[in-house]
Amino acid sequence: MKAIVCVKQVPDTAGKVAYKPDGTLDRAAMEVVTNPDDLNALEAALQLKDEAGCEVVVISMGPAPAEGMLRELLARGADRAILVSGREFGGSDTFATSQILAAAVNRVGVGPDDIVFCGRQAIDGDTAQVGPQIAEKLHLPQVSYAAEIKKDGNQLTVKRMLEDGFMMLRVDTPCLITCIKELNQPRYMNVRGIFECFDKEIEVFDYEALKDDPLIETDTIGLKGSPTNVFKAFTPPQKGAGAMLNGDDAAAKLASILAEKHLI
Amino acid sequence: MTDFSEYKGIWVFCEQRNGELMPTDFELVSEAARLAKEIGCKVTGVVLGNGMETAAKELGGYGADEVIVCDDPLLEVYTTDAYTKVLCDLVNEYKPEALLMGATNIGRDLGPRCAARLHTGLTADATHLDVDTKEYIEFLRSSSTLDVDTVKLDEDDRNLKMTRPAFGGHMMATIICPRFRPQMSTVRPGVMKKAEFDQAKADACQVIRPAFSISKEDIHVEVLSVEKAAKKMVDLIGANVVVSVGRGISKNVKEGIALAEKLADAMGGVVGASRAVVDAGWMSSDHQVGQTGKTVHPKIYVALGISGAIQHTAGMQDSELIIAVNKNESAPIFGVADYGIVGDLFKVVPDLLKAMEAERAVR
Ligand SMILES: Cc1cc2nc3c(=O)[nH]c(=O)nc-3n(C[C@H](O)[C@H](O)[C@H](O)COP(=O)(O)OP(=O)(O)OC[C@H]3O[C@@H](n4cnc5c(N)ncnc54)[C@H](O)[C@@H]3O)c2cc1C
Ligand SMILES: Cc1cc2nc3c(=O)[nH]c(=O)nc-3n(C[C@H](O)[C@H](O)[C@H](O)COP(=O)(O)OP(=O)(O)OC[C@H]3O[C@@H](n4cnc5c(N)ncnc54)[C@H](O)[C@@H]3O)c2cc1C
Repeated sequence: MKAIVCVKQVPDTAGKVAYKPDGTLDRAAMEVVTNPDDLNALEAALQLKDEAGCEVVVISMGPAPAEGMLRELLARGADRAILVSGREFGGSDTFATSQILAAAVNRVGVGPDDIVFCGRQAIDGDTAQVGPQIAEKLHLPQVSYAAEIKKDGNQLTVKRMLEDGFMMLRVDTPCLITCIKELNQPRYMNVRGIFECFDKEIEVFDYEALKDDPLIETDTIGLKGSPTNVFKAFTPPQKGAGAMLNGDDAAAKLASILAEKHLI
Repeated sequence: MTDFSEYKGIWVFCEQRNGELMPTDFELVSEAARLAKEIGCKVTGVVLGNGMETAAKELGGYGADEVIVCDDPLLEVYTTDAYTKVLCDLVNEYKPEALLMGATNIGRDLGPRCAARLHTGLTADATHLDVDTKEYIEFLRSSSTLDVDTVKLDEDDRNLKMTRPAFGGHMMATIICPRFRPQMSTVRPGVMKKAEFDQAKADACQVIRPAFSISKEDIHVEVLSVEKAAKKMVDLIGANVVVSVGRGISKNVKEGIALAEKLADAMGGVVGASRAVVDAGWMSSDHQVGQTGKTVHPKIYVALGISGAIQHTAGMQDSELIIAVNKNESAPIFGVADYGIVGDLFKVVPDLLKAMEAERAVR
């Protein structure tokens, strides 16, 4: 049994955000972090490992520096780490990204007992599309927004969140699950893990390694091939600061403004 | 260039839960009707469920020229497999040029699965749509920091321009899908304006009942139960006034929430929250406003003890009037507020309640 986890390295959009002089985002100047939901996905896999002793494989597509993150994931308890990296993959939209990741997962191999885990959403692209698209490409059933997973043999019972409640779903392995933060509390690296992670090799799947996979259509990957294109990117204007109301009677001033505007 | 001439019309996938259409369906049909005018095409609502015809016709009143209704016991409750199969088969048969759906927890499950199967692109969580280039330029003029007069765009471009926030709201991107059809987008609930209901149009709306096939064998995920949240969900999106609390209530959480409730009552609104409050377990997640919560644009939004992180303001900055109370005069929330009061919310809110009562008494 294997748990295959897709993990993305992302700029920390919650931390300090850097802009270039022309107002566009300066990604290079921003800290990178492991996508938060993906740590919940890894934790779900590690819990299965604790219970059933499965192999945990982490896969990340991105430029070479993502290797550092993969080592950290090994230190948290993953057994095998794969970096999917190649110039041909750069600029991929979610359709293209999921195609490449699906091919990488395929190369690892999804057996009848296996589960693929993704985060629900990456905090940079913010689309939440890659998980379901990988599932479609691999012909796996999917459950998104997982907040609870119980495994009994090859059968999983999953609590899937809705805005106004939840669904309880049952699915057999192999399947793909996208995880939200309510699912669990990710563990930290442990000391032994930190020592051992440097002995493990980080495998690299480049374009050559994946291009012959039947899932790869060479004309729908990368910036050129992606079905969606960024037509324009811009920053929203900051709204001008409004009026500050000062003094002990600030609340009274506000009440009279609201009354004048017939809002109260 | 591929020939797209056989792809015609805008489709809106209209989600139902428990046999009731979702509010966002009406917003989307209204928006699609606006776009259809720019294109000169029809708007089709697509409803999958069981016994949905009467509800579906209501979509006509908001701008759907016709509705496709597929009724089947296997479509009563959403499953990825059944909905993907039926919707994709319909799209392949009828070939719409655009397909929109609400970016709900279900739309964001169904949309990507369908886009992958239909071999086309999908824009996530759009907040603005245009076809006409001139309209798009006007949109950029009001909503971007770009120097619009230097932006050169092809006036005859008829691609659907789907604008969405990314990088946690720090950036906006307009996405196009020039090489494949249909052009697909999920659209953020609560953002598009619902049209006035028109009974005559609802009566004229044509119902189409196409043949479709779905069987138990197509469905690989079994629904054991669908549970409504125990408490009634707060209707943030439909509210005229939202009074939200942030971590600033921490010194007396109960009192802070009670004050917000009182203020909301006095203003005829509901109570919302920042994520910090939800994460702390002080309020349930249906109250959360922001990037990973709800997008609201009420007439009045009051932020009490909220710092104004971009992930929060992303969900409330388009409110008509924003009032912020924060004890820190340099809190970023004041940057989006129309009226700001620097002070302790535990003092300012009772003062405000009193002052409002006094105003009411004299008027
Ligand atoms: C401003 C902007 C807007 C964009 N808008 C769109 C759009 O509307 N539609 C579109 O198709 N593309 C869009 N893209 C491209 C998209 O961001 C990239 O394709 C990105 O690589 C994946 O999308 P995401 O970050 O949204 O991931 P999500 O789909 O949100 O990620 C979900 C999960 O998939 C897995 N995953 C995602 N990426 C990787 C990876 N590289 N390695 C390993 N696991 C991964 C993780 O488990 C993650 O938690 C946009 C890009 C930008 C810069
Ligand atoms: C991926 C991601 C998604 C997110 N999505 C959301 C989202 O959807 N919604 C959201 O809200 N956040 C979201 N966040 C979190 C966001 O970044 C902030 O952390 C959060 O909004 C902070 O909440 P807050 O303003 O209540 O708390 P704080 O930032 O701690 O601010 C508390 C404020 O209260 C003031 N204060 C303290 N005491 C008083 C008092 N007695 N009277 C008056 N003022 C007082 C303080 O000056 C301070 O400004 C997200 C973050 C990430 C990383």
